[in-house]
Amino acid sequence: MEKLMNDLKVQIIETLNLKQLKPEDIGDDQPLFMEGLGLDSIDALELIALLQQKYNIKITDPQEGPKIFKSVRTMAESIQAHQGS
Amino acid sequence: MITNYCYIRNKTIVVRGETLFNDGSSSFDDFLINAYEFLKADYPKFYKMDNLSKLGFLAAEALVHDRNLKQYSPETVAVVLSNSAASLDTDLRFLQSTKNVASPALFVYTLPNIVVGEICIRHKITGENTFFVTPSFDPEFLCFYAKSLFERNHVQACIAGWVDVLDEHHDVFLYLIEKESGSEGMEHNSDALKKLYAR
Repeated sequence: MEKLMNDLKVQIIETLNLKQLKPEDIGDDQPLFMEGLGLDSIDALELIALLQQKYNIKITDPQEGPKIFKSVRTMAESIQAHQGS
Repeated sequence: MITNYCYIRNKTIVVRGETLFNDGSSSFDDFLINAYEFLKADYPKFYKMDNLSKLGFLAAEALVHDRNLKQYSPETVAVVLSNSAASLDTDLRFLQSTKNVASPALFVYTLPNIVVGEICIRHKITGENTFFVTPSFDPEFLCFYAKSLFERNHVQACIAGWVDVLDEHHDVFLYLIEKESGSEGMEHNSDALKKLYAR
């Protein structure tokens, strides 16, 4: 889980061009949107593309998005659940 | 009056004839990042911009940093830019991304006028803004258009010029026109623009 979360932080920084951040600047439970990392709707689409590209996860239910992309931890939990299924 | 002008060519930022920043040994992408860090703009969204917007952003920063643009009401400042490659540089990158998973972040930059929007957001400009695609830098047309804004639209200041990029080839010439500048600057006419662009 720890390794997956660290990988995700690196991928988020790379994919979203957050070059002002280092992986350790992103908390495991820090909200990704709004008052947290301050990501926007375009970033959300990039994160959906990231999950599809790197982890072969397709989000088909729009209701799932806010739960999955709440934080790095919830993203990692979703990936693990997908890989275990 | 043209009260300031700057260029970005050959990975060098030049303001009023003086080199502000040069990073000829870096890649083009690194030059853009290094120039941003040199200018200490503190605007993290810069990292997300495409290269056209990054060039426009950097040139606008260099252009207005010692000018008091805030003296004008936001709606009286205009931005009029032009180039020949439109957003082709980013269009091609987006096309490449569609071979795998299409990138939304690239898609939003597949219009050339986005660079104008980025400059307006950064400098809180809400006046007229326009982007023209022309085969080459057209001083007569840009001069005519900017003058019409000053005459008819209550514009007090205008950032205008040329921002072109395709692959690593880049050519930027921005200038600031101000209505009330005292005796400072040079006359805003097509001959002056032609000479400045050719430098």
